[in-house]
Amino acid sequence: MAYSFDFAAVLDYREVLVAGTLRTLALTAVGAIFGLSLGVLGAVSRAWRLAPYDRIFSVYVELIRNTPFLVQLFFIFFGLPSFGIKINEWQAAILAMVINLGAYSTEIIRAGIEATPRGQIEAAQSLAMTRSQIFRKVVLPPALSKVWPSICSQVVIVMLGSSVCSQIAAEELTFAANFIQSRNFRAFETYFMVTGMYFVLAIMVRQIMIQAGQCLIGRRRK
Amino acid sequence: MNKRHFIRTLLATAILGTTVFALNAHADALSSAEKIGMIRIAVPQDFPPFGTVGPDLKPRGYDIDVANLIGRELKLKVELIPVSSTNRIPYLSTGKADLVISSLGKNPDREKVIDFSIAYAPFFNGIFGPADLSIKKVEDTAGKTVGVTRGSVEDLEYSKVAPGNTTIKRFEDNNATISAYLSGQVQLIATGNVVAAAVNESSKLRRLETKFLIKNSPCYVGVNKGEVALLAKVNEVIAKLKKSGDLNQVSQRWLQAPLPSDL
Repeated sequence: MAYSFDFAAVLDYREVLVAGTLRTLALTAVGAIFGLSLGVLGAVSRAWRLAPYDRIFSVYVELIRNTPFLVQLFFIFFGLPSFGIKINEWQAAILAMVINLGAYSTEIIRAGIEATPRGQIEAAQSLAMTRSQIFRKVVLPPALSKVWPSICSQVVIVMLGSSVCSQIAAEELTFAANFIQSRNFRAFETYFMVTGMYFVLAIMVRQIMIQAGQCLIGRRRK
Repeated sequence: MNKRHFIRTLLATAILGTTVFALNAHADALSSAEKIGMIRIAVPQDFPPFGTVGPDLKPRGYDIDVANLIGRELKLKVELIPVSSTNRIPYLSTGKADLVISSLGKNPDREKVIDFSIAYAPFFNGIFGPADLSIKKVEDTAGKTVGVTRGSVEDLEYSKVAPGNTTIKRFEDNNATISAYLSGQVQLIATGNVVAAAVNESSKLRRLETKFLIKNSPCYVGVNKGEVALLAKVNEVIAKLKKSGDLNQVSQRWLQAPLPSDL
C-alpha cells in the first residue's frame, strides 16, 4: 500500500477534537435527560389513554418516527426562524434530539408500562394509593427496569445520530472531523481517529446509562 | 522520377510547408483576422454566469456578451469556440483561437505563457450581507455572526484575518451557507461574487450586498505572446466599453451588481 499515514497532522488539532467530544457528550446528556422525561410523559399518556394527550402524543410519535432526523434538524434550524423564532445551532440541535428521543422512548417505555400486570395496579388501588403514587411507585420503576436495555441502546443511537448536527454548524465531534480534514486534507486519518473516538464514547455512554439505571430504578428484579 | 529524386522533393516540400506554416503563425493575428473579417474567441460553456448553454442551445453569459461586444467594436464577425477551464490556454497557444475570454484569472505561471489584457470582469471572494448592516472592512465584522462554507478559499482566507470575537459558522456546502443567511441564522456570509449573484437572482428574501473583498482575482482576456497589436486593440476596446457603460450593463445582467469602480 502506497498510502503513508500521518496521524501527527490530525493531532495538531487535538484541541478541536477534545472540544468536539465534550460538546457531543453534553448534547447527548441534555438530550437524554429531557428526551427520556418527554418519553415517560408520552408513554403514560398513551398507555393510560389520558385524553387529549394520548392523541397528541400518538401523532407526534408517528410524525417523528417516520421522518429522517436530518430533515427534522433542518426544519428546526432553517424553518423556525422563518416564523420569527430565533434559535441558534445548539438550541436547534438539542431541541431536535429531545424531540427525536422523546418519540422513540415513548414507544419503548409504553411497552414497559403495558407489560405491568393489571393485578399489581389493582393491589395498589386497594391500598388506597393515589393515581400519581401508583404511577411513581408501582408502575414506572418495574416498567423502566424491563425496558432499560432498549433505552440504553436508543440513547447510544441518538448520541451517534448527533453527528448530523455538524450540518447546521454545531461544532460537535463530526464537525471537528470535517473541519480538520478540510484544513489538512488528511481525511482517512481524521475519520480513522474519530471513528475510534465514537466507539469509545458509545461504550462509555452505555456504561453510564447502565449505572444510571441502577441508581434510578434499583437493581433489576428477577 | 527516380526514388532519390522523389524523397528530395518530398523533403523540400515538407521544409517549405513548415516555413509557410511558421510564417503564417507569426503573422499578426489582428491583421489576419481583419483579412478574413472574423475573430475566433474561446468562451466557457460550463461556468455560469460567465458562460453556459441557453435553452436555445446557444452559448450565453458574461463572457459571451463581452466577446460579442469586442467583435462589434472591432467590426469583425465573432466565432465562439467553446472551451473548458483546462483547455482554454492550449486553444490559444496552438492557434485555434485568437482570444480567450473565459473567466481567466492572472497568475505568474500563466503570465509566462500568454499575455493578459486589462481586467474586464470582477471575480472575487468577499463578505456579503444585507444593505442595512454597515460593514466596510474586516474589523467591522467583530461580534458579528458570519456564515461560510467549510474548507472553501474564503473560509481559509477569512479565518486568518477575522477578529477574535467574530462567530464563524462553517457549513457543509454553499447551499447550507446561503440558507443560513436567508433564514437569518447568520448576519453575513463569506462567498464568491458569482455565488452572491446567483442568490440575488433566485431569492428576493434578503438581498446580498458586497461589503468588502477578501481575495480579488478579476478576469482578463488572454492573448498570445507577441500579439502586441491585438492586445493593444483589445485593451482599447475594453477601456471604451467601461467608459460607455456597456460593460456595466453586462455586469448588471449577469452578476446582478454594478461593475466595481476600481476594476
